[in-house]
Amino acid sequence: MVKVTYIAHDGSQTDIDADEGDTVMHAAVSQDVDGIVGECGGAMMCATCHCYVDAAWADRVGTRDRSEEDMLDGAASEVTERSRLSCQIKLTSDLDGLVVHLPEEQF
Amino acid sequence: MTPETVLIIGAGQGGLQAAISLRQSGFAGTITLIGGEPGLPYQRPPLSKAYLRDGKAEALYLRPESFFDAKQIDYRPDTWVEAIDRTAQRVTVTGQSGAHALPYDHLVLATGTRNLRPPIEGIGLACDLRTLRDAQTLRDRLSQPTRIAVIGGGFIGLEFAAVARALGHEVAIIEAAPRLMARAVSAKMSAHFAELHRDWGNRLHLGQAAIAVEPSGVTLADGTKIASDFVLLAAGVRPNTELAEAAGLACDNGVRTDARLLTSDPAISALGDCASFPDPRSGAQIRLESVQAATDHARLIAKRIAKGDAAPYSAQPWFWSDQGPCKLQIAGFATPDAAEEEIAAGIIGRFDASGLSAIETLDNARAHMRARKLIASPVPITRAELEEIAA
Repeated sequence: MVKVTYIAHDGSQTDIDADEGDTVMHAAVSQDVDGIVGECGGAMMCATCHCYVDAAWADRVGTRDRSEEDMLDGAASEVTERSRLSCQIKLTSDLDGLVVHLPEEQF
Repeated sequence: MTPETVLIIGAGQGGLQAAISLRQSGFAGTITLIGGEPGLPYQRPPLSKAYLRDGKAEALYLRPESFFDAKQIDYRPDTWVEAIDRTAQRVTVTGQSGAHALPYDHLVLATGTRNLRPPIEGIGLACDLRTLRDAQTLRDRLSQPTRIAVIGGGFIGLEFAAVARALGHEVAIIEAAPRLMARAVSAKMSAHFAELHRDWGNRLHLGQAAIAVEPSGVTLADGTKIASDFVLLAAGVRPNTELAEAAGLACDNGVRTDARLLTSDPAISALGDCASFPDPRSGAQIRLESVQAATDHARLIAKRIAKGDAAPYSAQPWFWSDQGPCKLQIAGFATPDAAEEEIAAGIIGRFDASGLSAIETLDNARAHMRARKLIASPVPITRAELEEIAA
């Protein structure tokens, strides 16, 4: 199990235990974390699973590829250097304790 | 007056989204979500893509069981609606607990579509790819080397064919129209995908209708026999409008709605694949088969019910199809007769009497996202703006 913390725009925090191999998007949706939509189911078609990786984790999460970058262009909230599509972050034991922040809106 | 009891018929992605959005919009009344299939609501798009490869059903579920309790959504799987009584505002359902009536103040029709079964001799032998159960059956069939005939060269048939071929199976694709995906994409994009599928080793039979299915294979109109061990039928869908029609609602290639997605009865809305609604761009009644339309419809309906928001539907459509390693993305919606023009390599514009209607892109998310913004523009697009997409 990998622990993930989602911090909503209003500061409220949700901690969940997710399976290794799951994505940050799917883990959130399957455990009903508000603020992550994942409308296309992880097909990189919608930019509704936008999150900001906590600064402390930025190095371990990896970087976004070209397609992800392009899709983030269509995100509803501000895109920063810490922005990721959470469907593209796969949970490994290295990411146990990961903290992500959620944008104000996904549409 | 805000309704107190909302009943949603259909627990696909659109029906579920209506329930989710109602709660997110602050609706505090009763929500009943009726689904015809067993189990939790799930995503259909991966059934012809990732699920065929990985078989992970749990990855398809849209919400966990605990969600329905937490949000006080009365979800009833494996339940069928027999009739809508509009005068009494109630529906008759049959399910595990027998037949009974459920009242509503507002009813949402999210009944989706069913697969078209053309009048082909022996078509009963063909498999479908619509439900999770269908996909499970197909996965079993793909577990050993096999020869497959796919009837229908649309998105679903081609996505399945690409996966099956990559798994090493022999695949023949039979399409009655002279080109692939003719209803959805330009002739240029069709030709490109025909080439891709041929390169992968799939055999294409275009402009040839299947006339008979037998255990040994499929016979085409010109007498060609295609040997196959099993047949997938993916020849399109028809909207599930029977309930609406029997209740006297206006239907025309779907349950007809106005720009607020209200049917001819103001106590009933319709959404997603079963709804025929005015295209925000052209004003023509259209029906879309897509996750985007189903969920955007659902959000609009929920806001109207919960908050009295009467804004007309204005979302622009988008579609995608993953075939092998290639991703086709479409921003906007073009009818099959729309003109086409290649704007740059792999970027094709579609045009009708009111101008730009859609932009097709291939493996180019950047251009697709730019295209979405252009399509949404309320003012006519200049040539320079169009070319900017490829920059």
